[in-house]
Amino acid sequence: MRAIPTIAGYALREALRRKVFVVVLLLTAGFLVLYWLANHYVFQDIRNVGAPAGIEPRPFAGAFMIGLAMFSTLFLGVVLAVFLTLGAVRGDAERGLLQPLLVRPVSRPMLLLARWLGAIGVCTPYVIGVYAAAMVITGLTGHWWPDHIVVPALELAFGVAIVAALSLLGSVFLTATANGIAIFMVFGAGLVSGLLGSIGHALNSARLEHWATIVAWLAPFEALYQDGLREITANTTGLTGYLLQLGPFGGANTGGTGVRLWACAYLAIVAVVAALGFSRRDL
Amino acid sequence: MTPALSVHALEKRYGQTTALAGVDLEVSEGELVGLLGPNGAGKSTLVKIACGLVRPSDGRAEICGAKAGSLEARRRIGYLAELFRFPGWYSADELLSLHQQLAGSQGGAEERAELLELVELTEARDRRVEEMSKGMQQRLGVAQALVGAPPLLLLDEPTSALDPVGRRTVRQLLEELRSRGTSVLLNSHLLSEIELVCDRVVILLRGEVVSEGSPAELSKPRGVEIETDEGIRLYGGGREDVPRLVAELVGAGRKVYGVQVLTSTLEDTYLEAVGGETS
Repeated sequence: MRAIPTIAGYALREALRRKVFVVVLLLTAGFLVLYWLANHYVFQDIRNVGAPAGIEPRPFAGAFMIGLAMFSTLFLGVVLAVFLTLGAVRGDAERGLLQPLLVRPVSRPMLLLARWLGAIGVCTPYVIGVYAAAMVITGLTGHWWPDHIVVPALELAFGVAIVAALSLLGSVFLTATANGIAIFMVFGAGLVSGLLGSIGHALNSARLEHWATIVAWLAPFEALYQDGLREITANTTGLTGYLLQLGPFGGANTGGTGVRLWACAYLAIVAVVAALGFSRRDL
Repeated sequence: MTPALSVHALEKRYGQTTALAGVDLEVSEGELVGLLGPNGAGKSTLVKIACGLVRPSDGRAEICGAKAGSLEARRRIGYLAELFRFPGWYSADELLSLHQQLAGSQGGAEERAELLELVELTEARDRRVEEMSKGMQQRLGVAQALVGAPPLLLLDEPTSALDPVGRRTVRQLLEELRSRGTSVLLNSHLLSEIELVCDRVVILLRGEVVSEGSPAELSKPRGVEIETDEGIRLYGGGREDVPRLVAELVGAGRKVYGVQVLTSTLEDTYLEAVGGETS
């Protein structure tokens, strides 16, 4: 067990020195500047716009903007998580980086756990930080704050942690490139299911909503994201609440304790499969 | 006494390909064993099974009595892979510190300084790996393998990237380790190196041991070359026949100027064992 902090520290240091981290930070800075501009203009113009009956313009605009920020935060967090883990096993083994570590008295599951902790040690503070920055920008610019502040941040961070675990699992079996492609496809599938769920909700198509929910549960980072969207307007009702449920980039349809428990179980399943696969792998 | 490495009927198959076909091998305490064989003979597979990177298909491999690959076994080995890389941003000292933590070594800064001195990298203590030459990285790899003073060292081509001076450094290091009682399994293509430092040589071919013995045992007599006033002539026999041959020549009135006992080199033995096979 004492090797875990050592290898997590090794992974953390590796993460912080990679160029991808600098790129993500630059992209984040660019995103936050644009996000502030968007908030500035949206809330400036909203005063002059006559909202349709039943729509509260400020909560609608605020929730829409934060929903947009959550999507961007999730995407950037996933990019970071995937690039930090996509070559953790097979990629590092092919480069000869893994073997010197694995011949030490460190069990393979411990090594995977440490790599995951190292990755989420970077990704989750990043996701929470970007979410908080976006929320503060919207709050100060538009004087609107989410109904629940903490839970959406934690759910986004948890979603990214799940993607990091999936990427580590993929790295046991796939080359770094193939793994990266596969994980982004899974992530994309999750997002598409969210959009289809929104469409199904708007069209009142139970079948479409049902399948979107199944996909969201198969890719629980998407379900957590949707639950986070639901949490930011948990107390918003009426037409405003209904429209916000459609959500930008996926609806706020799936949620609750069930999803969070399932996400924990899902993470445990991914961990077990990764540990078994890794322990049987010749290097 | 429990051998440092004990391999019995070891087999490894990759699909239809047999890498090891029932290898038996022992490395005793303080023994330096050289592993020879053409490419694809199974040398690296054998070493990787010993350090737990590859699972055997059948048979048994033990390190100091513990099953190869177990945490107990891995506490007792130092390993340098044929193809390895260290993270470029680590300094030599930081890298050794990382491996000390992973190996549970309590040696601290003193051990790190000693290891860097052993591989002649004291001056490069704070130099980052990415700023080192391949030869320096390889010597750092040897130092890394020695962290925690393991009783068994598994070295897979440790001198492949070294210049002659670097090779001599590693050779001297191996001799020093032997004097300390460390066992070494050395996998190398450099026959001269194996011949110079190893107590015993094992030749593998297509996953099987085809020849085994000390370098002297593997060297076969090729005759006695004697220079007389009639010129140089090769006589049959070995070292024990020299007094008789010289006495006969002198008795026959010849003037003897020089005598040389000829034996086959390890290279001759190796080539005979592998039949000229290269891969």
